[in-house]
Amino acid sequence: MILDLADDALILSHRCSEWLTRSPEIELDIAFGNIGLDLLGQARSLYALVGDEDLLAYHRDAPEWRNCTLVELPNGDFAFSMMRLLAFASYECALFRTDPGSDDLRAIYAKSIKEATYHLEHAEAWVLRLGDGTDLSHARMQAAADAVWPLLTELCSSAPEVEDAVQAQLAAVLTAATLTVPSRTATTQRGKHTPHLAELLEEMQALAREHEGATW
Amino acid sequence: MTVQNIQLWEVFIRSRNGLAHKHVGSLHAADAELALQAARDIYTRRGEGLSIWVVPSNAIIASDPSDKDMMFEPAMSKIYRHPTFYDVPDGVEHL
Repeated sequence: MILDLADDALILSHRCSEWLTRSPEIELDIAFGNIGLDLLGQARSLYALVGDEDLLAYHRDAPEWRNCTLVELPNGDFAFSMMRLLAFASYECALFRTDPGSDDLRAIYAKSIKEATYHLEHAEAWVLRLGDGTDLSHARMQAAADAVWPLLTELCSSAPEVEDAVQAQLAAVLTAATLTVPSRTATTQRGKHTPHLAELLEEMQALAREHEGATW
Repeated sequence: MTVQNIQLWEVFIRSRNGLAHKHVGSLHAADAELALQAARDIYTRRGEGLSIWVVPSNAIIASDPSDKDMMFEPAMSKIYRHPTFYDVPDGVEHL
């Protein structure tokens, strides 16, 4: 469970970092960078509870990763990245309100919920504006929603008790954004990866593997 | 990417309780809420602020640089307006 969440956070953090220099505006570059750093911090705190963070981050191959499909998919367009962030932040907000049963995790949840709340607000602002925007932005947002929806059950699979709340919250945002809420289906399973994860890991792990123990 | 409709905003940050908001820079954002979010992300990343104002740049009325002489020159020759022409008694601190 801890590793599920840590891997989700680290992989999405990396995807956020890929927006740097590619966002529509420099303001959004920085926003994605900030969010990525928040998620990186969450991942590091969580890894510290279960083992050596460098070993876990840099020396596992794709089949050993526990992250869900949602976070490993490529960034796609801005609409997909924002819809994905909305889903992930909604999940984190719901999860961080549950009692994890240990003091270590409780402290991480208490710190992280402030970050996730901001991520949620940021993503919601964009989904509302683009969903209820031009014909093009609406179509792209709807396509993003249709792509994200089948992945929600897998996202929530390590804390299934929060899925109803997440689905309801996301549906409310989509409705307010004049988007159609896709029907609830589950097509993927946590731990089964697309080829995109291996590609991401190759880039993320290359330096650490080539220069063992390197520091700077 | 078309960005012709993106508005410019001026950002003011209050760093501590009791101090005034201070101009820190500007940014582009489509509306007030996004401007506030962008200001938070860009200008308070290192814990600089407790409060943010964003103001549409076109709402600011600025003095004309070519009026500089008329506006500011007359004050230059009036050094008696500076509170420097009296002795501070011993024992007066914080002045």
